[in-house]
Amino acid sequence: MKALLTGNEAIARGAFEGGVKVACGYPGTPSSEILETVAREYKETIYAEWSVNEKVAMDVAAGAAYSGVRSMVTTKLVGMNVLSDSLFYLPYTGLEAGLVVVVCDDTGMFSSQNEQDNRWYSILGKVPMLEPSDSQECKDMVVMALQLSEKFDTPFIVRSEMRIAHSKSEVILKERIPEIPLPKKFPRDIEKYNCNAVFARKKRPIIQKRFQELREFAETSDLNKIIWQDTELGIISSGIVYEYAREVFPRASFLKLGMIHPLPERLIRDFSSRIENLLVIEQLDPFLETQIKAMGIKARGKDIFPPYDEILPEKMRECAEKAGLIEPSPKKKVIDLGNLPTRAAVFCPGCPHRATFYALAKLKVPVTGDIGCYNLGSLPPFNAQHTMGSMGSSVGQLHGVYVSGSPERAVATIGDSTFFHAGMPPLVNMVHNRSKGVVIIMDNSTTAMTGHQDHPGMDQTLMGEPTEKIDIHRLVEAMNVKLVRSVNAFDVREVERTLKECLAWDDGPAVMITKGECIFVSRRPKPAYAVDPEKCIACETCLKVGCPAVVKSEEIYSKNKRKKTRIDPVLCNGCGVCSQVCPTGAIFQTKKLEAKE
Amino acid sequence: MKAVNFLICGVGGQGTVVASDIVAEVGLKAGYHVKKSDVLGLAVRGGSVISHVRWNPEELHAPMVGNGEVDIMLAFEPLEALRRLNFMKDTGIVVVNTQKIPPISVNTGKEEYPSDEDILARLKSRVKHVYPVDALKKALEMGNSKVINIVLIGFLSTLLHVEANYWKEAVRKFVAPKYLEVNLKAFEAGREIGGMK
Repeated sequence: MKALLTGNEAIARGAFEGGVKVACGYPGTPSSEILETVAREYKETIYAEWSVNEKVAMDVAAGAAYSGVRSMVTTKLVGMNVLSDSLFYLPYTGLEAGLVVVVCDDTGMFSSQNEQDNRWYSILGKVPMLEPSDSQECKDMVVMALQLSEKFDTPFIVRSEMRIAHSKSEVILKERIPEIPLPKKFPRDIEKYNCNAVFARKKRPIIQKRFQELREFAETSDLNKIIWQDTELGIISSGIVYEYAREVFPRASFLKLGMIHPLPERLIRDFSSRIENLLVIEQLDPFLETQIKAMGIKARGKDIFPPYDEILPEKMRECAEKAGLIEPSPKKKVIDLGNLPTRAAVFCPGCPHRATFYALAKLKVPVTGDIGCYNLGSLPPFNAQHTMGSMGSSVGQLHGVYVSGSPERAVATIGDSTFFHAGMPPLVNMVHNRSKGVVIIMDNSTTAMTGHQDHPGMDQTLMGEPTEKIDIHRLVEAMNVKLVRSVNAFDVREVERTLKECLAWDDGPAVMITKGECIFVSRRPKPAYAVDPEKCIACETCLKVGCPAVVKSEEIYSKNKRKKTRIDPVLCNGCGVCSQVCPTGAIFQTKKLEAKE
Repeated sequence: MKAVNFLICGVGGQGTVVASDIVAEVGLKAGYHVKKSDVLGLAVRGGSVISHVRWNPEELHAPMVGNGEVDIMLAFEPLEALRRLNFMKDTGIVVVNTQKIPPISVNTGKEEYPSDEDILARLKSRVKHVYPVDALKKALEMGNSKVINIVLIGFLSTLLHVEANYWKEAVRKFVAPKYLEVNLKAFEAGREIGGMK
């Protein structure tokens, strides 16, 4: 049967067909939909979980693989940094059943703090890597990686990226393989599974030998294939850019690499010896190019194509024209659109983070920030989250600000899911090392930014099972934080008052937990608010809450000649934050529930 | 069969991805090779969103196209239609939902939202056909503001020579069963605006 699947859906299908029993990961764009698909479509056969972070997910998968069942870990690009600590012991131990790590890179940085090229992890961690270029290959390579993982006694990485993860193409669906490894007696093989240096040292030559065998495998595997056409230009490529290159250079010969570590040296030599000009086309770093040139082969690549951002077909064509590789295409009609208003992402109407950032902006305190929807507090009109680095960084940075002797008392903002992921150790560190500062844990009862996944503060797992909810307030108290306050995230005055109390606290760190459900969690629409034009004095205070539903009206207030405001009833979710900041009481809740889902 | 490149754009949360899923599915049913690409990013948080869908009689490689290569744009918001205008072929068609969603920068007075006349004139100066559709009004008539995407899909279906049943099947596949009925009505309402029943 043929179906249109995204790369992420195809990877989930590959896990199903390839006999995965345990799938885990931490949500992160562009990888999140893989496990969501597993839990939705294949829950009868695969156990799936959102682990608390990527490193934990990696160890869960290792434990499952040691126990004899096939496992999969999924992560976004930067999660590789988190899980690599655990990934790197696995080539030493090997496993009892196949293990595949799927990483989705984010070339072009659509939703990530950096643009790291995770292909290097294959070399660094001594882990073989496959790279699909469409959904069919996503599925096939997951199945193949699981088999090869067992054959070569090592985990495999499948490297996807945003344009594959979030693109759909045709996939031929098959059944789940019949010979699925079953859990067996846990191996008491200490020399194999305990990475004590004495044992691990003995594995080094084994890893080298394994790679020799993998290189031989790569030479003849159909993961790598040659498409012979004109031999004047030959292109070595892999991943999504291979697809682009096929359109931009329709007559060239191609060596399409599906296995990108280790590389098939003889195949590359053979291909390049039979063509006149060799081009290496890859996004980001010259990963292939550097290795190919180190073989003594003459090639061009990064002197023509940029080493950062996407090389979409249009860009590729432009670079190739400039380098004289293809004839200039007819000039395209492009009209100047002028400066159109930008449309930055923004807190949704009814978002529980709005009141907190209103207060932070008002108090003008320095804020170390973290990763999640609340980073939108860094944008106008709030401009109130001043740093953002990686998961959990806000709390460590806050401590650094304190020990620097900075004259200002600073605040860290971190979400509930991020707190569980990487915010707990730095808070414990603050307590132990006698820090001061305010940590705001913004508890919206979900992992919002990545599409509303569960986390340990919630009462349901990815599989839909009820579970114990971990109470953040009690958890923080148990860390010996002496001032812990939980507040209603929608109550502007309470948030501000409590924030001031926390800022004045001098006996160690203070923690304020803002509690308010994400609108995608509550799904209980409240009647919209409206502006009474008789009372509106066009002071624009309500615009400072940065809500898309609060818009300018056509009506002018005679005294200051400014436009009054009105509320779009379709967009408004009835949180009432705007009405709390209105100085004249002009904003009131209507009775009517606008037509909504 | 002729190749068709679609571009679907709008504001995060408007249901553009479901619309693009439907367009892709219909292409497959109608016998085309199909690829599509979504740029989601922080999309659910009210940012600009864009999806490409390609129908092609032969095998396809890239899931997206570049400037000057789109045949049909389905824009969920006028400003977003304008923003993506250079993707269009001269011979292209723009279907634009007339519901304006001003960005925060406009609400706070930092930037100006172009006038209706300006937007329409610029769209018309660039492509052959522009069809403004008041999908929000229709959706509110059916009692659910979320079905604007399916109203627009209904309208779009009248521009293509593909059986209406394929479209309905795809709608069935991609909307929650709970809201199927209102979505099918929305589809018919869109077709009515397009002059077909």
